[in-house]
Amino acid sequence: MTLELNAHVPAGPIEQKWDAHRFAMRLVSPTNKRKHTILVVGSGLAGASAAASLAELGYPVKCFCFQDSPRRAHSIAAQGGINAAKNYQNDGDSVRRLFYDTVKGGDFRSRESNVYRLAQVSVNIIDQCVAQGVPFAREYGGLLANRSFGGAQVSRTFYARGQTGQQLLLGAYQALERQIGLGNVTMFPRTEMLDLVVIDGRARGIVVRDLVTGAITSHAAEAVVLATGGYGNVFYLSTNAKGSNATAIWRAYKRGAAFGNPCYTQIHPTCIPVSGDYQSKLTLMSESLRNDGRVWVPKAKGDARAPAEIPEAERDYYLERKYPSYGNLSPRDIASRAAKEVCDEGRGVGPGGRGVYLDFADAIKRLGAPAIAERYGNLFEMYERITGEDPYRRPMRIYPAVHYTMGGLWVDYNLMSTVPGLHVIGEANFSDHGANRLGASALMQGLADGYFILPYTIGEYLAGAKLTPVETSHAAFKGAEREIAERTKRFVGSAGSRTVDDFHRELGKILWEQCGMARNAAGLADALQRIPQLREEFWRDVNVPGSDRELNQALEKAGRVADFLELAELMCRDALQRKESCGAHFREESQTPEGEAKRDDEHYSYVAAWEYQGEGKPPVMHKEPLTFESVHLAQRSYK
Amino acid sequence: MIDLTLHVWRQASREAPGEFVSYAARGISEHSSFLEMLDVVNERLTREGKEPIAFDHDCREGICGSCSMMINGEAHGPQKGTATCQLHMRKFKSGDEIWIEPWRSRAFPVLRDLCVDRSAFDRIIAAGGFITANTGGAQDANAVLVPKSRADIAMDAAACIGCGACVAACPNGSASLFTAAKITHLAMLPQGQPERYRRVEAMVARMDAEGFGGCTLHGECQEACPKEISIDVITRMNRDYIEAQFATRHEAKAGAGSG
Repeated sequence: MTLELNAHVPAGPIEQKWDAHRFAMRLVSPTNKRKHTILVVGSGLAGASAAASLAELGYPVKCFCFQDSPRRAHSIAAQGGINAAKNYQNDGDSVRRLFYDTVKGGDFRSRESNVYRLAQVSVNIIDQCVAQGVPFAREYGGLLANRSFGGAQVSRTFYARGQTGQQLLLGAYQALERQIGLGNVTMFPRTEMLDLVVIDGRARGIVVRDLVTGAITSHAAEAVVLATGGYGNVFYLSTNAKGSNATAIWRAYKRGAAFGNPCYTQIHPTCIPVSGDYQSKLTLMSESLRNDGRVWVPKAKGDARAPAEIPEAERDYYLERKYPSYGNLSPRDIASRAAKEVCDEGRGVGPGGRGVYLDFADAIKRLGAPAIAERYGNLFEMYERITGEDPYRRPMRIYPAVHYTMGGLWVDYNLMSTVPGLHVIGEANFSDHGANRLGASALMQGLADGYFILPYTIGEYLAGAKLTPVETSHAAFKGAEREIAERTKRFVGSAGSRTVDDFHRELGKILWEQCGMARNAAGLADALQRIPQLREEFWRDVNVPGSDRELNQALEKAGRVADFLELAELMCRDALQRKESCGAHFREESQTPEGEAKRDDEHYSYVAAWEYQGEGKPPVMHKEPLTFESVHLAQRSYK
Repeated sequence: MIDLTLHVWRQASREAPGEFVSYAARGISEHSSFLEMLDVVNERLTREGKEPIAFDHDCREGICGSCSMMINGEAHGPQKGTATCQLHMRKFKSGDEIWIEPWRSRAFPVLRDLCVDRSAFDRIIAAGGFITANTGGAQDANAVLVPKSRADIAMDAAACIGCGACVAACPNGSASLFTAAKITHLAMLPQGQPERYRRVEAMVARMDAEGFGGCTLHGECQEACPKEISIDVITRMNRDYIEAQFATRHEAKAGAGSG
């Protein structure tokens, strides 16, 4: 099999690429749009905005989500904000600066042309969301307010209290519901995609399971869009929603879509630490808290005094000390590793010593408690509900946790995967964030893809594809349905001794230890031994109660974990081949004398795109070289 | 660690009859969340060869609105302003008996155990809970000024997570708090004005058609709401609804003959 890895980046100066490309792309006439059904899988920011926008253009759209309503997709949990190069604060922001910050934040491992386009359309997103009635924070004069976020020295983040993701998602959801009401979108909630159907080399449909009745059905179409989010739940404990999963992108990978940079996982520095074995997920405390909170640990090892009893002179504000110009607003990968480092030294706080303080005492003294409550009130309440501690009186305890995956299905400039007709948007694609995503950029990318990029680029595909109609009676659909039925039978017929969660927890532990915040060759090799063994044991000894013809949450989980058990191996494989450190991917073998990530541009300035070769065969890695014409490649410094 | 006795509503499907089944939940950590307590019980049930309890949940941080259970007769349980997923077991003590039921409402049929069908809420939004603004045509975001006080009221209402606790808590099974929260959010903003009256009429009509009860201002909804949305929004909805009767009649007259 030969795989073509052509990014189809338009020629010309970076500022003019998107504009020129928009003119060069073919259009689909309004009467022909009616003949092209598009399937959108996922209803988060990317999926809902794409489904609504495509339906507005006149395409018949079917949209699928596993939740009971499209409004519940995990984009809803994003707290802090969304970036846009509006320069409303007159502090020197511009499209070029947002572009540069994003490429640098991603440690020079993203595709320049895509990032520039992202920065360009960022301004349209804010306009669109305001028109929809998203209640962004305002100044007293009625203008929009902004806040700062990590990895930037300008204030370009728009927000709606600590619920920005919720409000943006509800804006997209309402646009989607409007199209559903008009009959332009057919919505399939509580429905999970279980396979992609490829006919004559093109994505022509999907097979889904109705999660209430268990019925397996097929849907044929002219194009398929995956907007199914990231795969952070492969670690079991993450800030993702419990249902977030990799099944859709994994099945697409097994049908020929290349997987880009699977090892790039973002570990978010400010999450509530693990409290016990029963822990089912980790809760993020927005990065925006680092605007006013100061991160510290005691200078002395094993200092068990209450935080208030530790005098100033005996505290180490380590981010301010190590990175004086960015301080507490250092990028996520750097802040996470610094936290791990001080805890590894034995200076961590709280039960188990895996925690650092995020202290608001100075900000409360400076601004008063009401001002802090205005900014972060709901986050403080959330913290207190979970931990039983009051952050107005006692510093928060935080620790890094898996949050976002920069890796995902490889896409070209048109957001199309290596399977023609299969488009991938939002966190599900390998995306614009390189090896590390900056705060408030996920919402930006999801909405950029869904509102302003895919609706154009999908037209280019449809106008040129010359598709003949296919029916779900086609052998490819029937074959995929049969495979799913067989797999499902294996699960429900199993009467092993271990629960699905039990396997998932064990997998997560292997990954967190060997493919988490720090990685090395020996650890990754060990993981590559243990994961296939665990997978074999899973299929032999898993216990899935109930039947397949009913609402069966254990069966849903089993299918997702089976896919995680395969994906985890690919992540380790990718982490092992990338011997450099870059962004969130920290190889212990490759660090500067100060312990910072050391890139190797000569050998690793590429996107690793993995191609599936069939059961039991090692996947093949292809390289998309990354060249930088508009930014100067530099070792990142936030000092 | 605490020991509890659970009485959980078990129902195999929409059509099947349901019943309370009792389970001992021993050795539960006070620091676990209510849903993590149910996870522990489900793991034990699975190991005993029994079917685990089905319940809706997803984000587990109080924002997606999936979780939906009556705990000792209260929607989302005893802690004010808290969804079930953020309720922690330190609110209970050893020896407690806990009754767990699905939302109770004709408009939310039970699908299995504690899972209900809340798609009626989506249909209320589809009827008019939006601002018509196709992608691409928006003017600069700062061209519309929104006074901070109005933006704050809009945000208070927009905080609704669509969980349905308001309906479950209401003696009439009314969806007024949910519907009025969206109406208030959009009516507070200048962008929401052009469709203001059409919106309230369409959403209220849909709410009634879905089989929700009428509002008699008991106020149980605002007590149960995990986002503490005030019933003030219902007053706003009612006022807009009455105004709409005049406004839309006028609009219909003005629109006639305009082609």
